[in-house]
Amino acid sequence: MKHYVKMAASAIALTCATAAFAEPQAEVLHYWTSGGEAKSVAVLQQEFADNGGTWIDMPVAGGGGDAAMTALRARVLSGNAPTAVQLKGPAIQEWYEEGVLADISAVAEAEGWADVLPASIAGHMKCDDIWCAAPVNVHRVDWIWANADVLEANGITMPTTWDEFNAAAEKLQAAGITPLAHGGQAWQDATVFEAVALGILGPDGFRKAFVDLDMDTLKSDGMVAVFDQMRTLRGYVDDNFSGRDWNLATAMVINGEAGFQIMGDWAKGEFIAAGKVPGDDFLCLSTPGDGFLYNVDSFAMFDVDGADKKAGQELLAKLTVGKNFQKVFNLNKGSIPARTDVDLADFDSCAHLSSDDMSASADNGSLLPSYAHGMALRGAQAGAITDVVTAHFNSDMSSADAVQMLADAVANSM
Amino acid sequence: MTEWLERHIPKMVLAPSFIAILVFVYGFIAWTGWVSLTRSKLLPKYDIVGLIQYERLFDSPRWDTALTNLWIFGGLFITTAMVLGLMLAILLDQKIRVEGALRTIYLYPMALSMIVTGTAWKWIMNPGLGLQKMVQDWGFENFTFDWVINPDRAIYAVVIAGVWQSSGFVMALFLAGLRSVDGEIIKAAQVDGIPNWRIYTAIIIPSMAPVFLSAFIVLAHLAIKSFDLVIALTGGGPGYATDLPATYMYAMAFSRGDIGQAASSAMVMMAVVFAIIVPYLYSELRAKHD
Repeated sequence: MKHYVKMAASAIALTCATAAFAEPQAEVLHYWTSGGEAKSVAVLQQEFADNGGTWIDMPVAGGGGDAAMTALRARVLSGNAPTAVQLKGPAIQEWYEEGVLADISAVAEAEGWADVLPASIAGHMKCDDIWCAAPVNVHRVDWIWANADVLEANGITMPTTWDEFNAAAEKLQAAGITPLAHGGQAWQDATVFEAVALGILGPDGFRKAFVDLDMDTLKSDGMVAVFDQMRTLRGYVDDNFSGRDWNLATAMVINGEAGFQIMGDWAKGEFIAAGKVPGDDFLCLSTPGDGFLYNVDSFAMFDVDGADKKAGQELLAKLTVGKNFQKVFNLNKGSIPARTDVDLADFDSCAHLSSDDMSASADNGSLLPSYAHGMALRGAQAGAITDVVTAHFNSDMSSADAVQMLADAVANSM
Repeated sequence: MTEWLERHIPKMVLAPSFIAILVFVYGFIAWTGWVSLTRSKLLPKYDIVGLIQYERLFDSPRWDTALTNLWIFGGLFITTAMVLGLMLAILLDQKIRVEGALRTIYLYPMALSMIVTGTAWKWIMNPGLGLQKMVQDWGFENFTFDWVINPDRAIYAVVIAGVWQSSGFVMALFLAGLRSVDGEIIKAAQVDGIPNWRIYTAIIIPSMAPVFLSAFIVLAHLAIKSFDLVIALTGGGPGYATDLPATYMYAMAFSRGDIGQAASSAMVMMAVVFAIIVPYLYSELRAKHD
């Protein structure tokens, strides 16, 4: 009996000892599973391990994150949430409202995140007043990509207004080239739509319509003009676009079958993988109009028990926003660092443009969340808008009808 | 003791599956019904707020499209598959050679999953690389077959793929039905000099009524829960032109974090299934009672 007590005591002592020197441990649920993305996240894994942490990888592929969210829901409902989860935008706030996110303010304040992150991006990382997520990168959504040779052969310069874009597209069409490479999937329709909306409504109008869901703006004449431009763009797309993946559309620009593509800067990775040089072989410019639409990936930190997991969470948060990871990860992924004080010497000209525009738009208040990529609105509202956009783009619905439908759909989704 | 065992063993053996069905089928139906009365978003909540999710559902133009598509798809899929299946069965029933091989060929599509059928037909019907391009390359420049990318026609493209998949199975059902008709009656009719088509319309087909009913029930539930075919063939597009209730439910539950809305659409789907199955069960049970 005495023997047992001794053993139990030493077992308890052992447990306490492990707790005191808790090895940082983090279970990370993410959906960065494709080639370039997996390589990017491996950078973080390596860095985590170098700092003495144990990384438990939990990649869930499929459905653009839908499968990962289903897995997350099951884990949270069973009371066993992962340490950190790849989440973004209002989804972070939605989970916070379910009362399952952790407070990482201590790390954020020690590392001075508030000083190095643009205010509107930092806003997404905060739940009420506490920090609950760490930003990984900034993708810009409102880009036009173009094949430099095709443009030169037809005497076209990069368009800076939508009228210029339409004129350039007419020229290309006359020359027998598809003006706009596009894939007919709802999210791609929405990506083009929000770029057009930003240009025509302006940053303030965009914020009112897609962040505040202001009914007057949603039903305004400006919105009718946005749908008119979408109808015009529909005429510049080839007949066979339905269901095409975005990277196949990018390939059309790479091969010179098409002149332009409107797509976020993940498209750059396709150009570079094909051995093309920015500025020489392909051109990048923001879509006509002011403003900057961002799509920020982040790790949301969930409430976990145990000192080792908490230590892992803090280490992960610190490393994620650290300069080194921000640089290496974003070089791999084609995006730019979320923090503004990273040296961009190794980045290409498109990333420089993106970074300059981000700083400028952060100063004048036109740094805006992308609605099409789930940064501006919750799933139900964003989905309702996308339904209307894609229904309009894929039919002969009039712009006035589309605007009415848009207002109804948003009201119904509340 | 043995007597007691004899009496109770069947119940004991059946009990686990009975309990499993009670919980995992009827229990979860009740759970879904409950959730459909709440404002559940990302995670299920249990405060009942009334019929708001159903109001939202029937205000949604996308759900309208999904239901309309269900009627179009269901109606055309069931009738075309039954008519084609019956014709194939009658043709095969003419005591032809290599019937076994032919029957296998027609039945084979059933062995494929709907995902494979959908993907194959997506390529066949894609205007840029399938049928349209092939015929145009043969020199018929004006030939167009772009249903799969035309929002007004895309649902018919889904019907084509569905019928291709299922008509062989219906044929097998009907063939069995044809063979079960009493040969003596047919011979008697032939002796009386009744033409072959009259034998089919007046004797054989009417006596196959139960087979029609089974075929209808099987096809109807295939149509209502059809999901993978649409996902593989069109992804619900162009736009949401080929959305069906099942794909709508999936989008709401898993992409949009709108569980209440998904639950209400699932309940409506179940109501549609019940509207078909209950009369069938009723007639079955009554027949036994007589």
